[in-house]
Amino acid sequence: MAQSAGFSRNIMDSVIKQTMPAISTETGKSEGHHFADRKRKQVRRSLSHIRGEKLFQQSLGFTGLSMLALVLAILLTLIVQSLPSIKALGFSFFWTSTWNPVQNVFGAFPFLIGTLITSFLALLISIPFSIAIAVFLGEYFPKGAFSNFIRSTIELIAAVPSVIFGFWGFFVLVPMVRALETKIGVMPNGVGLFSAALVLSIMIIPYAASLGTTMIKMVPATLKEGAYALGATRWEVLRHVIIPYAKSGLFAGILLSLGRAIGETMAVTMVVGNANFLPKNIFAPGNTMASVIANEFTEADHPIYLSALIEMGLFLFVVTFVINFIGKKIIKRATKNN
Amino acid sequence: MKKNLIKSGMILTGIIALAFSFVACNGSGSQGEASGHDEHNIIGAGSSFDNPLFSKMFYEYHKNTKLQVNYQSVGSGAGISQLTHKTVDFGASDAPMNEEQEQAAGSDVLHIPVTAGAVVISYNLVEIKDTLKLTSEVLSNIFLGKITKWNDAQIASINPNIKLPATAIVVVHRSDGSGTSSIFTSYLSKVSPEWDSKVGKGTSVNWPVGLGGKGNEGVSGLVKQTPGAIGYIELAYAIQNQMPYAQLQNKAGHFIVPSIESVTAAANIEIPADGKISLTNTEAVDGYPISGFSWVLIYKEQSYNNRSQAGAEQLLKLLNWMIHEGQAYSAALDYAPLSPAAVKTGEVILKSATFNGQPILK
Repeated sequence: MAQSAGFSRNIMDSVIKQTMPAISTETGKSEGHHFADRKRKQVRRSLSHIRGEKLFQQSLGFTGLSMLALVLAILLTLIVQSLPSIKALGFSFFWTSTWNPVQNVFGAFPFLIGTLITSFLALLISIPFSIAIAVFLGEYFPKGAFSNFIRSTIELIAAVPSVIFGFWGFFVLVPMVRALETKIGVMPNGVGLFSAALVLSIMIIPYAASLGTTMIKMVPATLKEGAYALGATRWEVLRHVIIPYAKSGLFAGILLSLGRAIGETMAVTMVVGNANFLPKNIFAPGNTMASVIANEFTEADHPIYLSALIEMGLFLFVVTFVINFIGKKIIKRATKNN
Repeated sequence: MKKNLIKSGMILTGIIALAFSFVACNGSGSQGEASGHDEHNIIGAGSSFDNPLFSKMFYEYHKNTKLQVNYQSVGSGAGISQLTHKTVDFGASDAPMNEEQEQAAGSDVLHIPVTAGAVVISYNLVEIKDTLKLTSEVLSNIFLGKITKWNDAQIASINPNIKLPATAIVVVHRSDGSGTSSIFTSYLSKVSPEWDSKVGKGTSVNWPVGLGGKGNEGVSGLVKQTPGAIGYIELAYAIQNQMPYAQLQNKAGHFIVPSIESVTAAANIEIPADGKISLTNTEAVDGYPISGFSWVLIYKEQSYNNRSQAGAEQLLKLLNWMIHEGQAYSAALDYAPLSPAAVKTGEVILKSATFNGQPILK
């Protein structure tokens, strides 16, 4: 305690030394020397203000860094807890496709495939809708009661608990998919990767749509007016000015929704069919990594089994990280081309 | 600049310390947690199957004794691990502890049968009004994926009065690890050597065919929706939701309708002294073959983690009440009351619990 008091006094001294010139130069430029003198006196009088300032800065730093520490701690925990499974199963965990808790043989490959198929298919379905919404709300109807109504409705989608989407998917969407499957002549299970992707695509629309709307609104009016002045049509302005300008934001929104799709658990598990085999087509029942963890975690009664589920969590963590990394690269390249 | 460096260094050290503390917490911290035993509060965790019955029992018990029992319906496996970590006073499980779990527990854990349940075979065949009959062989062949059509000769031969459709069979199983799956697969393992070698038994297994539904509601939802589906669900859930369910041939050769009575009958057999008996494929003549006990688990030696003797006495009294007076609440909630043989065994087991080596119940 005494040590920390001494430490903070030291900080105070250095704070005065450091901040004083900074304040004088900053204000000196804009407001004049007279004001700076007065300010200096004020600051000297209110040491507590500076202390508060410093405390605020430190707490900002601490809060920000503690998030980083938390992510690191989660990663570390996942690694440590999955060591037994890594030792027992080695790399076969990643590319074999038998998941047999009875014999403690675990291969996560079908679930990796399931996760990738459902989330990318969902993304593919959702992109036209989310971009259309972003353009509509960002460019065509940026203001007004109608626009506000649509915007809040779409944002409401993000606030609906995923289990509700699961229920809706299960009782409404799945019978419709079953009818479709009967028509095109595949096994009419109803549940499966395709149903999961459909439910997911609806759930992730708001993320890309609302970020895209904001980015499109931020396109400077002067640019658009310039294009119009040159005789461009609305479509041409959209195609050659707005979209290129807002491209990185649209990508970032899509990336955000992809992350949501990969991690979604409850809604997926209710409609994906939960079959632990490699899916033969997109209508086949499958399973995703998050769904398997949620399903089997509570009853995992063998140390290796539990550890294998945690290793799957680690795997999911890595997959998400890699996809995010690639996405960031794409955004960077897209913005560079401008 | 130098000061900034020192500062960020200190913060970084803090981060690393924090990170490690998380790991440490996860590894061993939870074991040290005492169950915070105060004498008007008992904490239990485990089987979700038991939860409705336990809620009713503990509510009634509270009315008479003012004793609060807090039961967390987290699943059998989690209940066992919480008991092992000594964070609860009792666990509840639909399957007895396996070898690894007993090793992890360290000392003897008592298994007290507290109620019995059954798993029924539900199906979706719209045209059929009569109850379907199944044998163990047909059932295991369906779940192995060897019988794929409803009008298969094997099904038709035991159901001569029913006109079976040519629909494909859609097998539905539980996707979440559950005691229901455990009872069902242990039955199939007993009656079919092929199932035993290919699939085995457990709370989750590698299903050869079919779709997975989460929970009883997930399985029954899929069965209700999918024409030609067959799935297994808890008896209580099936009764409450008016699902159709098949008669199943038991070991004595009778076709048995699953009911509270036929489950209690299944448990009226000779029960070993440790209470750990699987009721599946029961010898009982009128017993339904896919039945099983649910157990309450407690440490045999109750003096651990600074537990008080009074607290241990309260726990034992509660459990004793549960297997006697408490059974009166079973039938109304569609649980099978304990058979006389099971109550007798439960009494003996409860009396074997000790505090510092001295028996607690007299």
